[in-house]
Amino acid sequence: MNPKRSNQIATGTIFGLVVIVVLILIGLIGYILFNGVPNISWHFITAEAQAFSAGGGIRDQLFNSLYLLILTLLISFPIALGAGIYLSEYASDNWITNVIRTMIEVLSSLPSVVVGLFGYLLFVIKFGFGFSILAGAIALTFFNLPLLTRQIEESLRTVPNLQREAGMSLGLSSWKTVTGIILPAALPGIITGIILCAGRVFGEAAALIYTAGQSAPVVDYLNFNPLSPTSFLNPMRPAETLAVHIWKLNTEGVTPDAHQISSGASAVLIIVILIFNLGARALGSYTYRKMTATK
Amino acid sequence: MSSVITTEDVHLYYGETEALHGINLNFEKNEITALIGPSGCGKSTYLRCLNRMNDLIPNTTVTGSLKLNGQDIYSPNTDVVNLRKRVGMLFQQPNPFPLSVYENVVYGLRLEGVKDKQRLDERVETTLKQAAIWDEVKDSLHKSALAFSGGQQQRICVARVLAVEPDIILMDEPTSALDPISSAKIEDTLAAIRSDYTIIIVTHNMQQASRISDKTAFLLNGNLIEFDNTEKMFMRPDRQETSDYLNGKFG
Repeated sequence: MNPKRSNQIATGTIFGLVVIVVLILIGLIGYILFNGVPNISWHFITAEAQAFSAGGGIRDQLFNSLYLLILTLLISFPIALGAGIYLSEYASDNWITNVIRTMIEVLSSLPSVVVGLFGYLLFVIKFGFGFSILAGAIALTFFNLPLLTRQIEESLRTVPNLQREAGMSLGLSSWKTVTGIILPAALPGIITGIILCAGRVFGEAAALIYTAGQSAPVVDYLNFNPLSPTSFLNPMRPAETLAVHIWKLNTEGVTPDAHQISSGASAVLIIVILIFNLGARALGSYTYRKMTATK
Repeated sequence: MSSVITTEDVHLYYGETEALHGINLNFEKNEITALIGPSGCGKSTYLRCLNRMNDLIPNTTVTGSLKLNGQDIYSPNTDVVNLRKRVGMLFQQPNPFPLSVYENVVYGLRLEGVKDKQRLDERVETTLKQAAIWDEVKDSLHKSALAFSGGQQQRICVARVLAVEPDIILMDEPTSALDPISSAKIEDTLAAIRSDYTIIIVTHNMQQASRISDKTAFLLNGNLIEFDNTEKMFMRPDRQETSDYLNGKFG
């Protein structure tokens, strides 16, 4: 076979594989949107869920998902950032660092059910949190930390060493080099990490069933006191998220329109993740442009 | 003439491997000294001892005496950050920060706490002019430094080093990644600032060494073979190895 022919075959094969991936994605997303979007209405998004009768919405579940996402990121991002900076900039190359890396990898392959049960035993029971958003957020932190840490570490590592040398040789301390030069340069990669992490949080159900609970109590969206039991900001209240709601509707839903609600909720889930992705990317590239003066 | 940097019996080990076998070199104030030698002879390694950039490489040990204005560079009391402010460095690859041209140049000054806008503007203009790049960037000071060509980036880096007014500037093959025209501009810059700075330059380009330097040191396999006035060294070297290298017999 001549080189030209083998090149054509290779290109054709790769192209074919890409087409398969794209078709699967379009098929899945298309199916969810096609079935779900007709069920979405203003009423659907803003009404409470109904336990037995038709016509329920997903207001509380949608809010719970978003609130949980924010809480999880608030807890996990600073930890992951610190760990990522340590691993990429400060850790010396010895067995302790290798042990840390291996542990992070092992942790990242932990099934989410196990994380959920662990969170249930430790936070919900032992620490007496009860089923709460906070317990859910901490469990999801365990779940996300490995991925986010590795992603941040990798994006810091891809910043060329020349930049570190430039900073050091100019008389910057290593801390100043990291915060002033390396972090801004690694920003796009860090944003990608946050987006991946957010997608996992938003779509996670198994770990949350045992930690954040399966009930969405009635909350007051005008009560801004996070300590009040009826406030929507109270982190100690149980909170069924959208993904858990979808799971529940499909396993034990008794409302007559359970199927429509679950299709609509799935579509909302995908749309919100999409909006979050685009938003985070836009915000990230705006900050990056501001910091680095690139057009 | 007074020596700004004096080094005696400098040995450097990467783990078990000895890369420098006892180097004695002194550098005079406001002179340009060129370090030449074939690849792997230790000239860059030696240069990076002078601002302790080798500290960044794990398992590196430096022994011997290295003094900057009489103060021991490797003393535990030496503030490395402060040392590197006095001993600036220019690298082989242009490495501007991913910031605007303006921010690149004033980075060191801002760090020292200079906030006066007028003073910053002034330093930017002065140093960019010294680095022979002002005319090319004056209308785009707030564009990313990475948007410029390699030669322009290297001159922005020169300005960045000059802005903090170090006593000494180390240059590690600063023109080897550049085209001849950009190289010539960097050399012009060196000529313009030589009266105010002590410059130590590592170069592979022997014409460059002979054009710009006052003194030349020839290193081979981690040893200092010969150190003399550039003119003497290029016309009548004392050692056979030097003559062979300068005549292109090896390296």
